[in-house]
Formats: sequence, C-alpha cells, structure tokens
Amino acid sequence: MKHGAFFWFVLPSATAMVLFIFFPIVSVLMQSVFTEHDQIIIEVENCGPFGCTTATAIDQEATAALRAEQPLGQFAGLEIYTDRNHLATTEVSRIWTQSDSIGQFIDRLMNLPFYKAIGFTLTFTFVVTPLTIIAGFIIAVAVNSAAQAIRGPLIFFSLLPMMVTPLIGALILFWMIDARGIIGSVLQWIAGDPTLSVKADTGLMWIMLMVYGVWHAAPFAFIVYYAGLQTVNKDTLEAARIDGASRWQQIRHVVIPHLLPLTTFIALMQLMDNFRVFEPIVSFNASAHATSLSWAIYNDLGGETQQLTSAAATSVLTILGVAILLSPVLVRTWREYGKA
Amino acid sequence: MHLKTILMAGSILVSASATATLAADCGIEGGRLSIIGNEFPAIQTVAAAARACDGLDEAKANLTADHQKINLAGMQGNPAEYTSAIVANSSIVALINEDVIRPLGDLIAAHGQDIPQSQLITVNGEVMAVAFMANAQTLAYRQDILDQIGVDVPKTYEDMLEAAKMIREQGIMENPLGGPYAAGWNLAQEFTNMYIGHGGQFYEPGTAQISINNEQGVATLEMMKALSEYMNPDYLTHDSNGTQAEWEAGNVALMHMWGSRMQILMDDEGSEPQVYENTRVGPPLTVAGGDTPASTLWWDGWTVAKNISDQDAEATFKAMAHATSPQLLNEENMDQAVWMIEGYRSAPVSEGVAAAIQMGTQPYPMLPHHGLLHTALGDNIADFMQGKESAEQALSDIEAAYMTAAREKGFVN
Repeated sequence: MKHGAFFWFVLPSATAMVLFIFFPIVSVLMQSVFTEHDQIIIEVENCGPFGCTTATAIDQEATAALRAEQPLGQFAGLEIYTDRNHLATTEVSRIWTQSDSIGQFIDRLMNLPFYKAIGFTLTFTFVVTPLTIIAGFIIAVAVNSAAQAIRGPLIFFSLLPMMVTPLIGALILFWMIDARGIIGSVLQWIAGDPTLSVKADTGLMWIMLMVYGVWHAAPFAFIVYYAGLQTVNKDTLEAARIDGASRWQQIRHVVIPHLLPLTTFIALMQLMDNFRVFEPIVSFNASAHATSLSWAIYNDLGGETQQLTSAAATSVLTILGVAILLSPVLVRTWREYGKA
Repeated sequence: MHLKTILMAGSILVSASATATLAADCGIEGGRLSIIGNEFPAIQTVAAAARACDGLDEAKANLTADHQKINLAGMQGNPAEYTSAIVANSSIVALINEDVIRPLGDLIAAHGQDIPQSQLITVNGEVMAVAFMANAQTLAYRQDILDQIGVDVPKTYEDMLEAAKMIREQGIMENPLGGPYAAGWNLAQEFTNMYIGHGGQFYEPGTAQISINNEQGVATLEMMKALSEYMNPDYLTHDSNGTQAEWEAGNVALMHMWGSRMQILMDDEGSEPQVYENTRVGPPLTVAGGDTPASTLWWDGWTVAKNISDQDAEATFKAMAHATSPQLLNEENMDQAVWMIEGYRSAPVSEGVAAAIQMGTQPYPMLPHHGLLHTALGDNIADFMQGKESAEQALSDIEAAYMTAAREKGFVN
C-alpha cells in the first residue's frame, strides 16, 4: 500500500484511539501524580437543630486562591504509588524483615489493601480463564454434535448467561446462595451442616465468585469455538476416521490444533476481562471477603470524600497489570504471525 | 435514564395519595428544579411536594441510595445538573468541601422569613442547609418475644446480649439479633455509634490526627463481635434493606435500627401480623455503663446548588421551602419521620428518635476529613469481625489507611 493511502486508511481509527484511549490514559497519569493542596482549615461554629458545636471547615477563599495558582494541585511524583494504600513499599520491606517464614510474610502482605485486592484478582483471573475456555469448548463440541433440529434452541440457552446483565445475573445467584435460598439450602443438606453459609465464609465466597465468572463468560468462549468448529476441514476428519481414529483422537489431533488460534484470542479477551473483575463483588456484597483492583477504584470514588489521586494511581497500576499479563500471549502471537 | 424513570415512578407511587402531588402555588415564575437525594419515604414525600409546584420550567428528582456517589459530580458543572441536594450531616461536608452549595442568607431574607431558626443549619455563621427531619438509630424490639422470656426492654447493649442468649437457649430464635452490619459504609456507621457510646474521641483535639487505637476502640470492636455471634451468619452482607427483610421475615427479635425505617417495620406490608403487631420502638441503647447513647443524631435537609443561575436558585429555594412547610404534613405522612416541621405530632413509631434527642445523643461529626475515616473504617473492620486479625491490628490498619488518605487529600502532613 502506498504511504498516502495507508495514512488516510488508518486516520479515522487512529483519531478515535488518540481521543478515546490515549488522552484518557494521559489524563489518568497526570491525576495520579498530583495530590490536593494542603487544606487550609479554620475553626468554625456549626449550629443546627441539635445545638451548636465548634468544628473545623475548609477555608474556601484561601483554597480558591491556591487552586487558581496551581490548578492541578501539588506535584507528588510517585508518592501515591508507593503509599500504604497502593504498593506500600515501606510496609512491605518492614514485613519482609520482620517475618519468620514465607507463610507469615504472605499472611501479613494480604493485610495491605493493594495486595489483598491483587491476590484475589490474580486468583480469579488464573482460575476463571482456563475453566471458561474448557467449559466453552465442551459446550461447543456438544452442541455441534447435537441433531440439527435442536441446535437453534440449544445455542440460545447456552448464550443466556451472557445475555443477562452481569449485575442482575450476579444478584440472582446472590439470592440463590443465601442460607435460605435454593442453592444455599442444598449445600447445607449435602454438607449436613445447617449453619453453613456461603456468604459468611471467605473460601466459599471466592469459589462462588469464580463459579459466577465461569458461568457468565463460558458462552463467549462457546460461541467463538462453535464458529470455529464450522470451519474444521471435513476431509481431514474423514481421513482420520478411515484411519480408525476414535472420537477423542479426532478431537485431540484434528479439532484442537485447528482451534488453537481461537484459543489465543479467547485467552486474551478473558485475561483482560477477568483482571477487571468488579460486578460480582458489588452484587454479592462480597467486599468483606474479596476485593479487586477495579473494586478499589470504585471504593475510592464512592466514599463521602472522593480520593481521585488514589483512584487514578490504582487505574494506572491496573493498566500496567493488564500489560504484564498479556505480554506472553502477545509475544507469542507476534512470533507466529510476524514471520509471515 | 431508565433507572431514573423507575425511581421517579416509585417516588410518585409512594406519595400518590398525599396532597403533595396536587399542583400547588409556590409563587414561582419560571426556573429549574432538579433534586438529588437518598431514597426513603420521607424524602420521597418532600421531593414529590417540591415537584408539584406550579410555574417550574423543569421539575425532576433523582432519589437513590447511591445519591452521595453522584451528587458532587452532578453539582460541579456550570450550570449544575442538580439544583438541590437533599443531604444529611455527613454528606453535606463533601459538598461544602468542594464549594458547590450556596449560602442561603439572601434567599431566606427575601423568600424564607417563615422558616424557623431551629431548622437552619449554619456553618461559620452562614446558612448552608434547611433541615426538615431528624434521624437516629434506636432500638426496635418484639414485645411478644420479650414477654416469652420475661425480661424488660433492654436499656444497654449488655442487656441486649443477655436477652439474646436467653432467646437462643430457649430455642425461640437461632439468631435473635440484627443490625445493618454490611461491610462498608454501614459497618463503619455501627463502629461510629458504638465508639461514641464508649466515650471515645476520634481525633487528637483540634487536629485531623486520628486516635482510635485505644481502650475504647478495642471495647467497641469486641462488643460488635459479641453482638454478631447472635446474628445471621451472613450479617456482613446485610445493609438496611437486608436487615429490614430479616426483621419482616420474623427472624430477629432485637436490633438497633434507623428511626426512618421504623414505620416500614410496623406497617402491615411485608410481614405477618405476629411480627408487625408486636414490633415496638425504644430509646437508643447505652453501652459499658456510659450515659451517652451508642448512636448518633442525624438531620436530613436540603441545599441549593452554587453553580446555577439566580432564577433557578430562587425557584429551587421556593419549591423546597414550600415542600418542607407545615402544610406538607397530613395523616398519611405524619409517621414517616420525626419531622422538624411545625405541626408535627409525635407518634409511637418516632419515640425512639425523640428519646435519642432527649438523652443527649451526639450528632454525627461534621468535620471536613471525617468522610475519609468513615471509608477507612468500612474497609478494615470486616477482617476483625471474621476473626482474621486482632482488634489492635484492625484499629492500627484503620489508622494507617486513614492517615494515608488524609495525607493525599492535604489534611495532614
């Protein structure tokens, strides 16, 4: 392609990327290295229906002057990234020197908000992603071998979990696993323990969140695999059958290698999605048991006093996390297709 | 927009029978009214009454439990989307900190001579809000269950624990206690109440330096844990709505609950006669031999946005003043809250809040940095409640989380 033609060809998408991806990232980066001005506090008398109290308030005029002078706030550099609510460098090195064993170190590390969040986020990502791929593949193979007449309805039902709004789907599951809900009661009956409660136990809550994650994402893997299955070379399959390959051998040696590029694609999408796990934690009211990076951002912004710098720093760390997570898959893809 | 429409429909339904929905003459000639506020019956009544004013160019209300997540963003623009935020003593602070609500002195002088002095919330001599109702967490109890075990109405948390033990031992209820203990804002509020009940101070006097890692702090956490042993094991997921559902299902006999919700517990919707007929409201409890109730006093009131035209501000002021004037009250809505409006008659349902005021319950702290502490409390107490760490560790986590946030926001160096 000529350079001129190429330029005009990519201009629209390049413009969109600069506007909607590059600028927001720059803006978040800027916000994460600036903190608020030192607050100018004055003593005031507050009066209301319950009497008067002496309290403090922010001096608005003085603050307005400070803001006019430095609209971005105070430059803090990487201070917010290293503070206790994020990477907690000082705390981590102190814990490291004070801990007697790795177990104790990890235990104390998980008490720091950022590491607690990343602990769950990574576990969720690395459990849910492979399970989603496996579940999606199995459903796709099963649907593909079903009789033509019932395939339509089967596909529809298999896709349902993805069609339900994530928040609503999670809420439905939340009530089903309640101690008095249908799944909760069944679990109590199976375990023979009437006091068993999924919502009260951290381990069970983690499992429940991951079950939800697989339930919600499996249809995506399914539909991609199902499309892929339609392009499997019939001649190769037939040749394998004539050579006496069993059904499993056909899948193992013909279908799976054929679908490998799709697997890379699904893995990429799922790694990104699962690293941003958020909705189930809110819907399940699970923040006592599990937090994620996205939840931490939400929590910073949702309090009565918004912590914008803190939220921005966590956002940047999330972007870095996604980049690190995807790098092996991206490098692999580049090697495979870059050669061509 | 969808959510908004649904919420609006809800608020209209609740107060459909109130006089509020009939068009009213509020002396308004053009201007915009757009309310953002929490969602419970009393606020729905006020919002409906304000929207019913004649002469408004636009009259909207967005009432949602998530109001404080969006009110600031919706008032920072110029012109602001919301012309009035209905706030409480905790949530007004964030709006004052960011300077998005206007002092009401001029408007009161011109159009609000009838508003009694007792309803005005002043900060540093300037009226920033007009309160219309009081709220506090107080005791709710089941008379039939207390009769069954033969004890008086609990006055202290220690009494409550004793009664709970008897109820469980006699096999009446497995988990007789309740309370909004959901991790996050609710749990932080329970700590705040209990800590004040223990006579604790949140900060070193006159500074934003936190000091809660002390005897009272430990005693507070231990009392909360002792109570939780008698609660549904899922208590860390129960916010006010969840707690209300537990009560209405007849699973709970004693709890500390918001005064603004008592009417819902006592009405004949959502529960069996056995439950609602025996639901009673009592004064807030004290703890550890203290005189100060383990509760905080709250007011709910309305504000006017700063970044709007003077015409919109005037229209909003007149509509809100009309909506919280004595003519609002009728048989229908009298019991919805402890109204701070002239003509309010106290009913059994609001005896709890009235008692809380009488007993000298402390107002929730109105400090510019207290919201940060509330967030830090909400994030760090659950670990202790689940037995994952000691009370001292939880308290030092809270202190560290708060100090980090306060440093970021420029409150401490």
